[in-house]
Amino acid sequence: MLTIQNRHHFQTLHNAITLNGGDEIAVIFIETGKSPITITRAHFIHKARKYGIALQKQGIQATDLVFIAHQNILDSIYAFWGAILIGAIPSMFPTLTDKLDPEIYSRSLAKLVDFSDAKAIVTADSYTSYLQDIVSCPIISIETSEKDTEVVSPTITAQSIAFLQHSSGTTGLQKGVALSHEAVLNQLASYSDAIALSPDDVIVSWLPLYHDMGLIAGFLLPIVQGIPLILMSPFDWIAHPAMLLEAIHYYSATLCWLPNFAYNHMARRIRQRDSDSLSLGSVRAFINCSEPVRHDSHQKFLERFAECGLTESQFAVSYAMAENSFAVTQTYIGEYPTVDIIDSIQLQKNNIAKSTKSGMKVVSCGTAIQNTNLKIINDDGEELAEREVGEIYVQSDCMLREYHHRPDLKPFSEGWYQTGDMGYIAQGEIYIVGRKKDLIITAGKNVYPQDIEAIVNTIDGVHDGRCVIFGIPNEREGTELIVVVAELEPTDNIDEKLVKKAIRQAIAQQSTVSASFITFVQSKWLIKTSSGKIARDANRRKWIQEFHKSS
Amino acid sequence: MDEAIIRQKIRDYVLAELLHESDYDLADDEGIITELYIDSFALAELGVFIEQEFDVYIPDPDLTVEKMDTLNLIVARVMRDLD
Repeated sequence: MLTIQNRHHFQTLHNAITLNGGDEIAVIFIETGKSPITITRAHFIHKARKYGIALQKQGIQATDLVFIAHQNILDSIYAFWGAILIGAIPSMFPTLTDKLDPEIYSRSLAKLVDFSDAKAIVTADSYTSYLQDIVSCPIISIETSEKDTEVVSPTITAQSIAFLQHSSGTTGLQKGVALSHEAVLNQLASYSDAIALSPDDVIVSWLPLYHDMGLIAGFLLPIVQGIPLILMSPFDWIAHPAMLLEAIHYYSATLCWLPNFAYNHMARRIRQRDSDSLSLGSVRAFINCSEPVRHDSHQKFLERFAECGLTESQFAVSYAMAENSFAVTQTYIGEYPTVDIIDSIQLQKNNIAKSTKSGMKVVSCGTAIQNTNLKIINDDGEELAEREVGEIYVQSDCMLREYHHRPDLKPFSEGWYQTGDMGYIAQGEIYIVGRKKDLIITAGKNVYPQDIEAIVNTIDGVHDGRCVIFGIPNEREGTELIVVVAELEPTDNIDEKLVKKAIRQAIAQQSTVSASFITFVQSKWLIKTSSGKIARDANRRKWIQEFHKSS
Repeated sequence: MDEAIIRQKIRDYVLAELLHESDYDLADDEGIITELYIDSFALAELGVFIEQEFDVYIPDPDLTVEKMDTLNLIVARVMRDLD
């Protein structure tokens, strides 16, 4: 296994992998109503090579960017590793789904292909017809059928870009986080140490691979470290949440990463008879990551599944971001994370996280992983003391090298990455309390409200420029739900039902999220700032007061 | 249980808990997922509600968009097992 101690022996992902083995299990893919598919390490590397050869036949060379947007998850991971094998730079992308509008999706992908100078897209056969006429690069839908020849070995170094992770971004142009082989290996070594990864571990994941948590924790970590991965589709899991716990039971899984909403989803929507005979005793840690962690979500999950052997010691938290490859911090595995109780009035008024006996519960995200430093900075750029709330800055050896083709974006300030997250440090542990900029995190997905507003403003019947989007925390779901507040055109013949339907449809077809609440308001209801912009937070508070007092 | 009562209970639940709009005029053949685009929790949520309310257990392979998208489909599925 790759460890902090032997890290210096490895230069790139190519020579760190344990895939040279034979019959050991690399991945077991499970799907509702179907038999599991078991993939050995030898089979995985065989399939990845075939994709590598198919890419090379299309002229793809080392350092070329390849988008992977394949509905078949196994094809996605073979293609990803195939691209790595030839030194190309793969990047996972959300796939086309039944909900998304294929034309809008294709146009957006084509735009990103041009902007990023991608040299190929790997996608499902059924989807190539949508893309063929509008993207400027080759489309590859299957691996080569030729026999397993050796791929051409590229000349790459530790500093070469290994892959891009696309983080959220406004105006449809997502930021491609470029990570070097060195950064990824540093992350895998440090994070493996933080979670005390061992060859006896078994990882289970339903997470989407275009997300850093899914790509690193739910794919690269097990593949590189030679840990069996039990993998399922996010779409399958969301409809059938019990399949995750069944997988834990049947395969004695030990590690599982989840965004906060998943704890609520499973506690609420796994039927009693589906969990009656299951044991969760094998799990070392359910690691909560990628959206604000709620103590009450953990408690719901614990109460619901205590009968399956779940205990407090199996909960853990990590603070992570694509720009740092993945994890920045981790709580100690085997102990419930510290819950800090703070005075919410002091927090709002003075930006101080003052300890109190009853107040706001903030769950610790733990301490920085090896070779990672954190500090808290105020608006004047000064470093803050313990329990003073400011922006979190991160410095590490697993950071992005750059945003791909975005020289305008300067992610570092004197070598420190400015996260945009607000938090504080207490007794060496980091606590997150909010975001600097408007960002909705719903079911683990980051959404900029202005992107959704741009979609709603195009709907017939909506008064252009008179809508506001925000998130409201929802205790039942353990995440933020999306609210649309809009003024309608001042005409008499508007069918509100149809406009609402059109808004729901447009948001679902053009983004990866859904609107939970849509409210139409009278003219002059929306609050504007002195400069004439719609004041998002003021409207949010007004909407809660008038329409949603329970939240 | 009478089909009309079952239909009404499911309709009320869908409007209040999934659509968050109790006064929405939901048609019997309107696609709750494919036309109204409610969030992806819906199928699992319906599975739990139907079991609690009608004591009908719909196995996972049947909890799909194709089989559970409209009031008509959901009511027919519940009625099948009640009968």
